[in-house]
Amino acid sequence: MTVLRTIDLTKKFGDFAALDGVNIEVGKGEVYGFIGPNGSGKSTTLRVLLGILKATEGRAEIFGKDSWKDAVEIHKRVAYVPGEVNLWPNLTGGEVIDLFVKLRGGNHLDRRQELIQKFDLDPTKKCRTYSKGNRQKVALIAALSSDVDLYVLDEPTSGLDPLMERVFQEYVVEAKKQGKSILLSSHILSEVEKLCDKVAIIREGRIIETGTLKELRHLTGPILLVETKEPITALEEIKGVNGIQQKGQALSFQVDAGEVDQVIRYVSQFGVTRIESSPPTLEELFMRHYEGAGKAMESGAGGES
Amino acid sequence: MARHLFDGTGTLVRFVLRRDRLRLPLWIGSFAVVSVIIALAFVGLYQNEEERQAMAETMQNPAMTAMLGPGYGVDNYTVGAMTAHEMLLMTAVVVGLMSILLVTRHTRTDEEDGRIEMVRSLPVGRLSNLLSTLLVLIGANVVLALLTAFSLAALGIESMDLEGSLVYGSALGASGIIFAGVAAVCAQLSPNARSTLGLSIMVLLLSYIIRAIGDVTNETLSWFSPLGWILRTEAYVNNYWWPILMTVAAALLLMGLALYLNSIRDLGSSFLPSRAGKAEASKSLLSPFGLALRLQRTGLIAWGAGLLLIGASYGSVLGELELFFEDIDLMQQMIVQTEGFSLTEQFIPILMAVMAILGTIPVLLAVLKLGIEEKNDRLEHILSRAVSKNQLMGGYLAVAILTGFAMLSLAALGLGLVGNAVLEVPLSVGMFYGSGMAYLPAVLVMVGVAAVLIGWAPNLTSAVWLYLAFSFVVIYLGGLFQFPEWMGKLTPYGYVSEIPIEEMNYLNAAILIIVAVILTAIGLLGFNRRDIGR
Repeated sequence: MTVLRTIDLTKKFGDFAALDGVNIEVGKGEVYGFIGPNGSGKSTTLRVLLGILKATEGRAEIFGKDSWKDAVEIHKRVAYVPGEVNLWPNLTGGEVIDLFVKLRGGNHLDRRQELIQKFDLDPTKKCRTYSKGNRQKVALIAALSSDVDLYVLDEPTSGLDPLMERVFQEYVVEAKKQGKSILLSSHILSEVEKLCDKVAIIREGRIIETGTLKELRHLTGPILLVETKEPITALEEIKGVNGIQQKGQALSFQVDAGEVDQVIRYVSQFGVTRIESSPPTLEELFMRHYEGAGKAMESGAGGES
Repeated sequence: MARHLFDGTGTLVRFVLRRDRLRLPLWIGSFAVVSVIIALAFVGLYQNEEERQAMAETMQNPAMTAMLGPGYGVDNYTVGAMTAHEMLLMTAVVVGLMSILLVTRHTRTDEEDGRIEMVRSLPVGRLSNLLSTLLVLIGANVVLALLTAFSLAALGIESMDLEGSLVYGSALGASGIIFAGVAAVCAQLSPNARSTLGLSIMVLLLSYIIRAIGDVTNETLSWFSPLGWILRTEAYVNNYWWPILMTVAAALLLMGLALYLNSIRDLGSSFLPSRAGKAEASKSLLSPFGLALRLQRTGLIAWGAGLLLIGASYGSVLGELELFFEDIDLMQQMIVQTEGFSLTEQFIPILMAVMAILGTIPVLLAVLKLGIEEKNDRLEHILSRAVSKNQLMGGYLAVAILTGFAMLSLAALGLGLVGNAVLEVPLSVGMFYGSGMAYLPAVLVMVGVAAVLIGWAPNLTSAVWLYLAFSFVVIYLGGLFQFPEWMGKLTPYGYVSEIPIEEMNYLNAAILIIVAVILTAIGLLGFNRRDIGR
């Protein structure tokens, strides 16, 4: 069952197209990761979905209703945490949480106290004294105390320390178990990996990849860091090896997903003393995507992306 | 090492000057310009000694003493004596305010925003920031004193010689220096910039009030207020220098205290504890209207008190109006004589118009607050919840309308109640109130204009201030400059019935309200149709 979707969503600010035909779809009980670099259109997409910005073309729907026209009705069942949390300097954190929960209307879970304790927030302090992380906590606590069907979270962990990030992730997992849907934007791939079932990658207002993480990984393949007794020779000639870099005594390179076996076999001849494998970072996924796009253009075959 | 406490002060002085290179000249220059304009206005307004003497009579009542300080030189009320008596205190208060704002900006605000931390990580003394701020403030006030003094002396007005002008200017400068000291101490005591400002301004207001009570009842009390001291200079009459020396000495003591307090506290800490706020919101906050009201509460209370005070001070001179008018030709041009009404009654609508336009300022601020919230990215929080744009904007409009009602009420009651206390034949308080309320429909039209701008041209909202300024010029000075009548019809205030000299015109009022409703609806429509955000 589809909870949220955009169909060819386009948003223009003057001549500049911030979004150019964005299609995403979040099903019930799904955690959907929305990743891209800064300024790629993540926040714009979320704002259109919340009826704060009006779509220039295309559709944005939540619960099958129009994001712009039925905004108030939709919002009773949605909790949103904006990317940049600006609060009122002369209200306390506690007051803001109560205000947010009340303005949501609809139901709310009776766990304000629990959340305040877990996130270690002092609700008696004025918002002017809060750091970025504390402001983020205020928005998160308000969102997580609402009993809603969809959470829209724009880079929710920016400014949180790792401990608080864990607390946040626990609540996301709990919400997922209860069949809630979550749309989570981020520019940190590792965060998306831990939580998300599906991922869409956006760049310059266009979705460049969608699918499960496994599918995306398939496009890339791991980064290997290998240290050997004897220097590895002619590595660049092996099929599926890219981006070789000398890292101290070791070599670091990327291996195409289908070629891992071949490459390991080749490398092991040189007497491996240390080997580390890490998943590709977001940047590497992007780099990969451009290389792919470049090749496709060279060969003149515009493939399906 | 103690001598390293002040390392880098010279560089920081230049840095403060660089940051305030526009702010300081504007502040200082405007004091000199305003002083000159007022002095010249007095020369033009009162052509001869009799007229000035009549004014001196008007000034001889407790209300005026409380407001402006004790009169002196009233036997020979020269232009100089008049300027000093009527302008020194008010100007000194504003100079004090300037110092408070500038000191707070360079001390607690910088500390709160983490800028002092960066400066302190450099090879700079612990006290250099405060000292450089104080040095700049002392310098600025000295320049202000000299510039004002020489500008006034240069006018060549007979009663305003160089010595008197120097005393007058120095009295202003001394006020600036002592309140710089006050703010510097408050910055050490208070936990943040806002309470530094609040505490300093409270000291300023208390100084004013203590002096007011002292001047009216028991002069000893006035000695507890720095504003009381500088009034004792009696510029242009006796030219006493000792109050200035005394004020500056006290200021230096305060600055020393501030430096000492700064040296024994940690960066970011304060001597007054920061109070814990409420952990939970009260019911009254939990709606778009409640939030809008709460965010503007302090400002609205201040405006309300201000309008009540202005109304009361106009009221306090109502008793002397007849006398005042007979003597001054210029004033008679300002109002059109109407048969069957006293001059006092004829003057009431003019006073009301001025106060209504003044009272419109907080009303417009209340509407435009919505735009400020939008620019600060805080509307997202509200609109991403189950709140419609109509509810959101409606909250701000409701606050604005209530503000308009409250401001007009306070101004009218202040004028009426105090006016009746001094009038020999009291007028009906209901009439005063009606005269004020007659302006409410016009104020609502201004709300509508602001709403249209918010809805359709959020970047041009300041245009509404131009319209208000235009209205003020047309309504207040229209009679004086003999503007054609149609110009008065370009502003909603031009359609208001001038009670008590005119009957209430309910048709006009109804039309104004309809226009206001239509404009507001257009504004809401635009707000509903457009994107929210910068």
